[in-house]
Amino acid sequence: MNTETLLPLADCCLRLGIDTSFIVELEEHGLISTVTIEQTVFIDVIELPRLERIARMYDELEINLPGIEAIAHLLERVESMQDEITGLQNRLRLYE
Amino acid sequence: MEFIDYYTILGVAKTASAEDIKKAYRKLARKHHPDLNPNDASAKQTFQQINEAHEVLSDPEKRKKYDTYGKDWKHAEEYEKAQASRPSSSQGFGQQTSSFDVGEGTDFSEFFSSMFGGGGFSSQSRATKFRGQDFNAEMHLTLSDVFYTHQQTVTVNGKTLKITVPAGIENGQKLALTGQGGPGVGGGPNGDLFITFVIENDPKFKRSGNDLHTVQEIDLYTAVLGGEITLTTLNGKVKLKVKPETQNGSEVKLKGMGMPVYKKDGEFGDLYVKYAVKIPTNLSEKEKELFAELVKLSDGGKR
Repeated sequence: MNTETLLPLADCCLRLGIDTSFIVELEEHGLISTVTIEQTVFIDVIELPRLERIARMYDELEINLPGIEAIAHLLERVESMQDEITGLQNRLRLYE
Repeated sequence: MEFIDYYTILGVAKTASAEDIKKAYRKLARKHHPDLNPNDASAKQTFQQINEAHEVLSDPEKRKKYDTYGKDWKHAEEYEKAQASRPSSSQGFGQQTSSFDVGEGTDFSEFFSSMFGGGGFSSQSRATKFRGQDFNAEMHLTLSDVFYTHQQTVTVNGKTLKITVPAGIENGQKLALTGQGGPGVGGGPNGDLFITFVIENDPKFKRSGNDLHTVQEIDLYTAVLGGEITLTTLNGKVKLKVKPETQNGSEVKLKGMGMPVYKKDGEFGDLYVKYAVKIPTNLSEKEKELFAELVKLSDGGKR
């Protein structure tokens, strides 16, 4: 594992203005993954955009965690379908 | 620059209460928020309008100014000056609003900037305190451009970047340039730059994955008797043997002469060549006689 991309969770929560218990809840819902090294919990920077998105949905759109979980699943499907559409459009260009 | 009716955007009456405005905003934001509509430029644009409308209508000072000078926005500045010159007037304090951060930069209309100055505020959401904005850009290339790995120069927000475009990149494919987005705030990391490649259609070659398809005209005599033709490909010319009695519309596969496979050096798709047999025109009398002879030979003179 590349530890250079890991941020201490406490630092991350401080900067984002969120509580660590929120991250614990997100992890329980399978929305975020954390890593524990020598009793310090870290979060990979790759998770940050997802974390920020979830935080916006939770705070600003007032969507609860089960709702965010469902949205995350649907968004994954939307993104996968968008990729599929792009692939199909590329194939269709053959007949244009 | 056109007047923007913020009340219509939020779907509320001019008499709407602050609570009604907030409610309408939340409802529309849940529908059009870019987080919930990935890669949807129209949703992003709609959301920006909603955000702007909310920014104005949720702030009593801005709403008052908008209601007073909305359609006559060009005089708003004079209004401001007049207000400022009154010794007893109270400037008031702008209410802190909670516009959403879309994570990709929020632009405001010219109308808004003209009336309220600048592009002028940003939501102090925690997201912007930490990580820089992600930027999105499109790069238009031709099919021959992406036949080779090459460098392109892009200018994003005044910054010139050299990027390597790998051979074989697909139309619609995205490349993420980590840390090349907006600067991070408070020591946070920079955002990323996402470049979407748009590969223009080629008049001669159609692409299907790593394979290329082309139509090649051949004359009737080459189709009948066979021969050699020169075919122009994306990376030069090749000689191609045409078999005798080649049918119109038949196809040959030239292995490994298609597009390079993305990030797999030395691997290529195939090139499919479809023959279009060109029937001779403006035949001379002699040619007509010879074709007539052929007819006699082929059907025993029954015609």
